[in-house]
Amino acid sequence: MNEWTRLDVTAIPALSLEGVGFRHRGQPLLHPVDLRLTGCRRTLVMGPNGAGKSLLMRLAHGLLAPTEGRVRWEGRPPRQAMVFQRPVLLRRSALANLTYALAVAGTPRRRRKLLAREALSRFGLAALEARPARVLSGGEQQRLALARAWLVAPEVLFLDEPTSALDPAAIKAVEDAVNDFHRRGTRIVMTSHDLNQARRLADDIVLMVDGRLVEHGPAETFFAAPASAEARAFIRGELIW
Amino acid sequence: MPDDANAFQTALALILGLDPDLIGIVTLSLKVSFTAVLIAALIALPLGAAIALWRFPGRGVLIVALNALMGLPPVVAGLAVYLLLSRAGPLGELGLLFTPGAMVIAQVILVLPIIAALTRQQVEELHGDYREQLTSMGVSRARRIPTLLWDARFGLATVLLAGFGRASAEVGAVMIVGGNIDGVTRVMTTAIVLETSKGDLPLALGLGIVLLALVALVNAAAHLVGETARRRVG
Amino acid sequence: MERKLRLTRPGLTLVALGLMGASLDASAQDEARFITLASTTSTQNSGLFDAILPRFREASDIEVRVVAVGTGQAFEIARRGDADSLLVHDTEGEERFVAEGYATERADVMYNDFVIVGPSDDPAGISDAQSIEEALSDIAEAEAPFASRGDDSGTNRAELRLWEAAGVEPGGEWYRELGSGMGPTLNTAAGMDAYAMSDRATWVAFDNRQNLALLFAGDEALFNQYGSLLIDPERHPHLKHDLAEQWHDWLLSEQGQAAIADFEVKGQQLFFPNAAK
Repeated sequence: MNEWTRLDVTAIPALSLEGVGFRHRGQPLLHPVDLRLTGCRRTLVMGPNGAGKSLLMRLAHGLLAPTEGRVRWEGRPPRQAMVFQRPVLLRRSALANLTYALAVAGTPRRRRKLLAREALSRFGLAALEARPARVLSGGEQQRLALARAWLVAPEVLFLDEPTSALDPAAIKAVEDAVNDFHRRGTRIVMTSHDLNQARRLADDIVLMVDGRLVEHGPAETFFAAPASAEARAFIRGELIW
Repeated sequence: MPDDANAFQTALALILGLDPDLIGIVTLSLKVSFTAVLIAALIALPLGAAIALWRFPGRGVLIVALNALMGLPPVVAGLAVYLLLSRAGPLGELGLLFTPGAMVIAQVILVLPIIAALTRQQVEELHGDYREQLTSMGVSRARRIPTLLWDARFGLATVLLAGFGRASAEVGAVMIVGGNIDGVTRVMTTAIVLETSKGDLPLALGLGIVLLALVALVNAAAHLVGETARRRVG
Repeated sequence: MERKLRLTRPGLTLVALGLMGASLDASAQDEARFITLASTTSTQNSGLFDAILPRFREASDIEVRVVAVGTGQAFEIARRGDADSLLVHDTEGEERFVAEGYATERADVMYNDFVIVGPSDDPAGISDAQSIEEALSDIAEAEAPFASRGDDSGTNRAELRLWEAAGVEPGGEWYRELGSGMGPTLNTAAGMDAYAMSDRATWVAFDNRQNLALLFAGDEALFNQYGSLLIDPERHPHLKHDLAEQWHDWLLSEQGQAAIADFEVKGQQLFFPNAAK
């Protein structure tokens, strides 16, 4: 996959959550959710802390198996990647973190370094390639995690609160990166509790409150005419419990 | 206790005098223990990592057994290897009894459970941090073994040192399978036992100090390398 | 980092193979020209082998590798085919070993004697005893601490025979079975001011005497005979019977006997050659 190749958007299978719920020791953490994500949309999963956003992401990405319902790709499973709130980087150099991801993806050895360096440049990390990933700043680490995801050319990219621990400049870099992915043809599914971020990025909004899916629709509709009382309260910035 | 001061003088004289017999004994001690740790590591590192990553019936029993074997008395390991390698035993044909090879085998048996058990613990802990990321990237379990071993390398270096400490300090096993033959299988610990039984306590203690210094040296070198690398990698 | 890794792994493997080779080649070299001799700690600890083995090597170009253990364990090692030759001091046991067919030949090589050592103030007053039986009875009567090897070694077997001859059943608080070699037993005896029986060679070469002194010796019953045994090659064809025979013959030869007689520690001859002419 060349760095600049656009993905065939129409070929990305839809993701269908059918009555997906999750219980832990009998406690329902996520009440059954029906959700269908299609095309090359940027969906932001919003909601207060503890609403079940991260759980929903992990179920959709396949890190967790639902205790009820099922997660289904309509067609073949797509190439996916996930970026976490706190980036998990290997105790190696920035470059080695990327060549490792390429090795796992089956890229021939002789091409790995070239591709990894391209990705480092794209995310403004070229000067740091030899630096141990663990000593990079928070923003640099998150960009490295994005670069690592970039290399596998994901058709679907999950991001779990990728900016919550970052300063404004670093947040901007991450948001730009998300848009780069989107322009390339990647479907974005991202959690956030930041309304302004949602206004900047979202095509669609999913609102979760208290382990339930409350609202799902285009961002414009969500902000202009929220259907539920919770959504209206959320937009007004009131806490929802 | 005049003997104590004597022992330090003896140790110093041994080291400064570069006594060829002593150098032979020290060299053999290091060779045997390093080889044993190396062989044990080649088996125990992947084994420990595999136990950390896989869930299978009897896993708990295996972990308890490994932890228990960390306390295996060296003399028991020595006896088992003796019976194995003795001409009348199943591997007698190899003619390994009373050779450094037999001592390596005995020490491998002593060191392997330590490395495997501690590796299992460290890798399991690290995998707790890495699990979601590796799963997300689609890294197979088999492939996680080298990944996690490499990323846990600083902790594992300490584990290998613990193994080396056990190997170089034990006497019960190498005495039985090596025979403490002068110039062939005599190592630091068996030489200490011999001098003690001759009642030459200052020399025995002197040898003990040399052994301690040697182990300290190996540890210091490993610590230095480890700290430098750790500071670099963060 | 990736490149370094590629370089280090084969490198490590090389180091590993080198180490293994190095540690094992010691056994491979001179494969044909050495024998393994199971012997007792008394011969080893006194330094006898350091004195006579170079002379044998000069004469024959054969290296003798000594595994020094208790006599009981030495028999066991030989029985399992792990030693080419035996040099021990338990004539009864040696003759049984021959009778059982494990050895083809046994010969007297040398002797020394056992001595009784104890605290220099001699609380049981054994130094003026007329016989070993009397000396042991004195110790038992005084219930003075006595440190016994208790390890089924040649010395231990001899000691038990002597108690029996003295009509004493050793036991009780004062009789302490250590289950240790001669040297450790002397270390312990020195530490707790106990009497002990030792072969003379180990005693003379022993450095950590503290308050111990030689208190009784010279009774004929304390005679300590060493014998050399040739292991039966039928039972263990892999043994280096020819080389072992050269060693056995050399020990009994004029040269070998002279080497034994020449060995002294602190100006004292420790072993007295007595091979049959």
